[in-house]
Amino acid sequence: MSEKFDAIVVGAGPAGISCAHDLAKGGANVLLIERGEYPGSKNVMGGVLYRKMMEDIIPEFYKEAPLERPIVEQRFMMMEKESALTFSYKGLEWGKEPYNNFTVLRAKFDQWFADKAVQQGAILINETVVLECIVEDGKVVGVRTDRPDGEVYADVVVLADGVNSLLAQSLGFHKEYKPNEVALATMEVLKLDKKVIEDRFNLEENQGCTIELFGDATKGIVGTGFLYTNKDTLSLGVGTLLSGLIKHKIKPYELLEYVKNHPMIRPYIQGSEPQEYLAHLIPEGGYNSMGKIVGDGVIVIGDASQLVNAIHREGSNLAMTSGRLAAETVLLAKEAGDFSERRLDHYRVKLLDGFVGQDMKKYKDSTHHFEKFPQYFEQYIPMINRAASQMFTVDGSSKWEKQKKIMKDLGSTKEKMKLARDIYRAWKVVK
Amino acid sequence: MDFQDYKDVWVFIEEKDGVIAPVSLELLGAGRKLADKRGSELAGVLIGENIKHLTSTLFEYGADIVYVYDQPIFKHYRTESFMKALLHCSNKYKPEIILYGATSTGKDLASAVATDLPTGLTADTTELDVEEDTGLLLASRPAFGGNIMATILCKKYRPQMATVRAKVMKALAPVQGRKGTVIEEHIDLAEEDIRTKVLEIVKETTKKVRIDEADIIVAGGKGLGSAEGFQLIHRLAETLGGVVGASRDVVEAGWVAHAHQVGQTGVTVTPKIYFAIGISGAIQHIVGMKNAGLIIAINNDSEAAIFEACHYGIVGDAFEIVPILIEGFKNALTREEVSHVREV
Amino acid sequence: MLHIVACIKQVPDTKIIKMNPKTNTMDRRTAPAILNPYDAHAVEEAVRIRNRYGGTVSVVTMGPPPAVKAIKKCIEIGADEGYLITDRRFAGADTLATSYAVTKAIEKISKTNPVDLIICGKMSIDGDTGQVGPGIARRLDIPPLTSVNKVVEVNQEQGYAIVHRKFEDGHEVVQSTLPCLLSVEKTINEVPYSSFPNMLKAAKYEPHIWSVDDLENVDIKQLGLKGSPTIVSKVWTPSKPEGGTLLEGDAKEQVEQLLSIILEKKELFTVKEES
Ligand SMILES: Cc1cc2nc3c(=O)[nH]c(=O)nc-3n(C[C@H](O)[C@H](O)[C@H](O)COP(=O)(O)OP(=O)(O)OC[C@H]3O[C@@H](n4cnc5c(N)ncnc54)[C@H](O)[C@@H]3O)c2cc1C
Ligand SMILES: Cc1cc2nc3c(=O)[nH]c(=O)nc-3n(C[C@H](O)[C@H](O)[C@H](O)COP(=O)(O)OP(=O)(O)OC[C@H]3O[C@@H](n4cnc5c(N)ncnc54)[C@H](O)[C@@H]3O)c2cc1C
Ligand SMILES: Nc1ncnc2c1ncn2[C@@H]1O[C@H](COP(=O)(O)O)[C@@H](O)[C@H]1O
Repeated sequence: MSEKFDAIVVGAGPAGISCAHDLAKGGANVLLIERGEYPGSKNVMGGVLYRKMMEDIIPEFYKEAPLERPIVEQRFMMMEKESALTFSYKGLEWGKEPYNNFTVLRAKFDQWFADKAVQQGAILINETVVLECIVEDGKVVGVRTDRPDGEVYADVVVLADGVNSLLAQSLGFHKEYKPNEVALATMEVLKLDKKVIEDRFNLEENQGCTIELFGDATKGIVGTGFLYTNKDTLSLGVGTLLSGLIKHKIKPYELLEYVKNHPMIRPYIQGSEPQEYLAHLIPEGGYNSMGKIVGDGVIVIGDASQLVNAIHREGSNLAMTSGRLAAETVLLAKEAGDFSERRLDHYRVKLLDGFVGQDMKKYKDSTHHFEKFPQYFEQYIPMINRAASQMFTVDGSSKWEKQKKIMKDLGSTKEKMKLARDIYRAWKVVK
Repeated sequence: MDFQDYKDVWVFIEEKDGVIAPVSLELLGAGRKLADKRGSELAGVLIGENIKHLTSTLFEYGADIVYVYDQPIFKHYRTESFMKALLHCSNKYKPEIILYGATSTGKDLASAVATDLPTGLTADTTELDVEEDTGLLLASRPAFGGNIMATILCKKYRPQMATVRAKVMKALAPVQGRKGTVIEEHIDLAEEDIRTKVLEIVKETTKKVRIDEADIIVAGGKGLGSAEGFQLIHRLAETLGGVVGASRDVVEAGWVAHAHQVGQTGVTVTPKIYFAIGISGAIQHIVGMKNAGLIIAINNDSEAAIFEACHYGIVGDAFEIVPILIEGFKNALTREEVSHVREV
Repeated sequence: MLHIVACIKQVPDTKIIKMNPKTNTMDRRTAPAILNPYDAHAVEEAVRIRNRYGGTVSVVTMGPPPAVKAIKKCIEIGADEGYLITDRRFAGADTLATSYAVTKAIEKISKTNPVDLIICGKMSIDGDTGQVGPGIARRLDIPPLTSVNKVVEVNQEQGYAIVHRKFEDGHEVVQSTLPCLLSVEKTINEVPYSSFPNMLKAAKYEPHIWSVDDLENVDIKQLGLKGSPTIVSKVWTPSKPEGGTLLEGDAKEQVEQLLSIILEKKELFTVKEES
């Protein structure tokens, strides 16, 4: 039998690396197993990394980590076929220490982050797939990999294997996701000259901008798109609920092509060269879809436990926080020499009490809400665009008349009531 | 090092079982140009056992001088013995340039000689030129996976050496009765001095595909979709009496053996007709077939680079075009009463 | 006990290098550094020989500090020890200077554990010359054996090895004294999926790292750029061919035209008398 570890962490994404980092830092003998060629090689993310949660793990990481640009402007674009209503906030305070968040390219960032964990003493093994958990007497005692002599044992196994988490599924912790619990995101990294990026997005060197896209970016399907600035590339992607794609019979890459050719987007990306194409699932079922996350000798973290805030497109931060809390829990369990579900439940409690759980609960209905009421995406965004167009077109009619027209566009009194109700409902789920 | 002492262009003549390797004759052709430009002489270095009779061929192909080491110890190629002969010759007669075929023997020998001289050695050269007044050899070769070309110089050492790929240089048309000088040399070398012995030579009896010798090559690429799809290539090759070629991606996918691979890491070919079917036309492929007499491309993507490298192109689905072609060819042959269709 | 040294190199994965078709420049960011694929076979062969006769496999490389990764890959394959020589003074080496530096490293390794057999890959996919192996052999004054596609026997007691050297239409069986240097073909073996214990060992392994000053009797003038007789004077992208004629019409018509073109070379399609 090969040597036994205090903990095995499966999957070197933000969740797994955070957990392995803190475990090693706390003196545990930890093994981190990743199936990709290196951490980040298989990972997909639009690219916003939140400073706060990362700093909880590595203070002042921004002084050395391979980051793309600190984000100083966030725009939101309500898109129609030939129009868009955009609002934005730009704050130069975000361009300086301690910053707010950053764009990152995962292939670079995850590698750096994993190196940090290795420096702390974690042992990283790449290109190795964990096939299953080894369970003895109802307790997880190790994992079986796809390599010859591939069994390895530990007191605790932390599953950080991402959205599909076949491993947690095979333990019976959750069922296969339904198409309305996961979004399929496709994105491209587009190469573009640094100067051109800065000109087009009105940025200085070392400033970044994110644009979130709503409405016609997804052809009205529940979902969003994004366009982020990296150093000399752009990340452009769209993510929609799988159920929406199925219902509208549209292929994910067709949707991405559509966005690339959209008159509101095309000017931003003109002349760029596709460098990478990526597709990935995002768990968006929210709190209601979360399965079991703790068992005897096992903890589930990150996307594997459905920790994504679909509304605010956060995920890596929740993943990191869950990794940190899992590490804390395992270290306590190690001290106590008890790796039972009861002891490890500390993790679940801390998670749900903290911002992660709070947010997850708060937005628990959001995805379902928007999916149930497609009118938000199908009707209201076009309506807003028409309204803005009315309002801003100078055609000699008075603003009063314009407002009247807009009100008329909103439909009958009954429809107006419905709109008001919907707005209130949406407000309630996202506020 | 006094560069004045170094003159003439040399070609290492590779010989096996009394036959001169074609690449050596090609190099005499290339070397002739360099020597003429420098106003110097072209020499061959011939090492082996019972090989003197080969010198006349070398003169016919352009050599002015042939240095001959004809001793039993050179019966088989061995790095140590051949290297000693070549070093002996080079130290005595001081050539400005030595060219070797980029074959396994040529590369093996050149690497050893370069280390001992010492001097610079450019591998797998595909273009050669020389500076008329300085004698500086401009040896160019593909680099970084063939995506770019690089010219390599060796400014401070003589002789300058390069191995040159087969089939990229052209042999001169032999001039019957052309004469030159034979210089017989000898080195004292006992069998005990050589640390390697050839115990046995095993010829493979199964007929090897030699796509570099074929007149007609039907090459297929990843566009054929699968090993089954690739059968189409075999069928067309059979019909035309040609041999099957392939892109690297096809070979890596295991649809055909490596011996069929055309291109930079495969074989360089110069058939009379080359079909590129479902091949995108990556530079590494093109360098291996661009000198074919007639290049015909079939590809369903009108933007494919192969159309820039072909003489005639058909934009279309191979699975539609090729069967029509096979039928059409068969009919055409009967129509024209070409009776003896090559059996394959 | 045999001591086998495999020479290895970390290279950019040229398969993945993408060219920017507009500017014709290389996008090197897309090319990750990997263990030269030919060298993986060299290491695997060394491991097989060790497993057969007992002994130690060391790997040695000259390269930048990240080459530690390539060494770890070799430990995954089954090597026992790894040596990296790294120094700014090695930079810019051509094959002659590379073989010099690697030889110095092997000489030092030999001091504590004499080397019986050295194995190199056929070629590196970036250097692409196959010259370094024979170069090392000459510098150590041991026989080089290139194009090796089978190792029949290694007899340490009697001091010889028997291998097959492949050529176009067969192979030769050669016996050489030990120590000697082999450059091996890819076909010599298949590198299996590494075992988990090897992966673990590699993850924890820390190679020996030497600078020029750790080596002995080094003539600095023979290192790096200074020690390299060849220089790259010019780099250009090969010119594109002009392009040919696209045939027009429907499939049938196109094939008709094509047929009349190829049938102009009718002589190709008739039998030359059988001999
Ligand atoms: C298009 C897109 C855009 C996004 N944008 C953002 C954003 O801007 N900001 C943000 O915070 N979040 C974003 N997210 C979400 C974020 O990417 C995820 O929430 C985050 O990556 C989750 O981290 P993780 O460690 O749980 O999982 P992952 O990052 O998915 O990592 C799991 C790892 O486990 C490995 N693995 C899986 N199975 C096995 C196995 N059996 N054996 C061994 N290894 C295995 C995988 O290779 C992978 O490396 C985005 C997601 C997508 C798809
Ligand atoms: C160091 C190095 C060395 C290399 N050496 C070589 C070498 O020696 N030889 C070599 O060939 N390559 C070599 N390559 C690889 C080369 O770069 C290309 O990747 C390779 O040639 C592509 O093979 P392909 O054209 O078959 O496949 P692809 O590039 O995938 O092209 C397939 C083509 O088929 C077409 N197609 C698809 N379906 C159909 C259909 N139904 N009918 C007709 N057309 C269809 C497509 O439009 C496409 O153009 C090398 C690369 C490197 C980096
Ligand atoms: N920097 C290096 N360090 C160690 N070995 C090398 C190095 N470069 C080349 N080699 C060895 O020499 C072989 C031939 O390389 P090359 O001559 O570059 O084609 C490789 O397969 C390696 O075994």
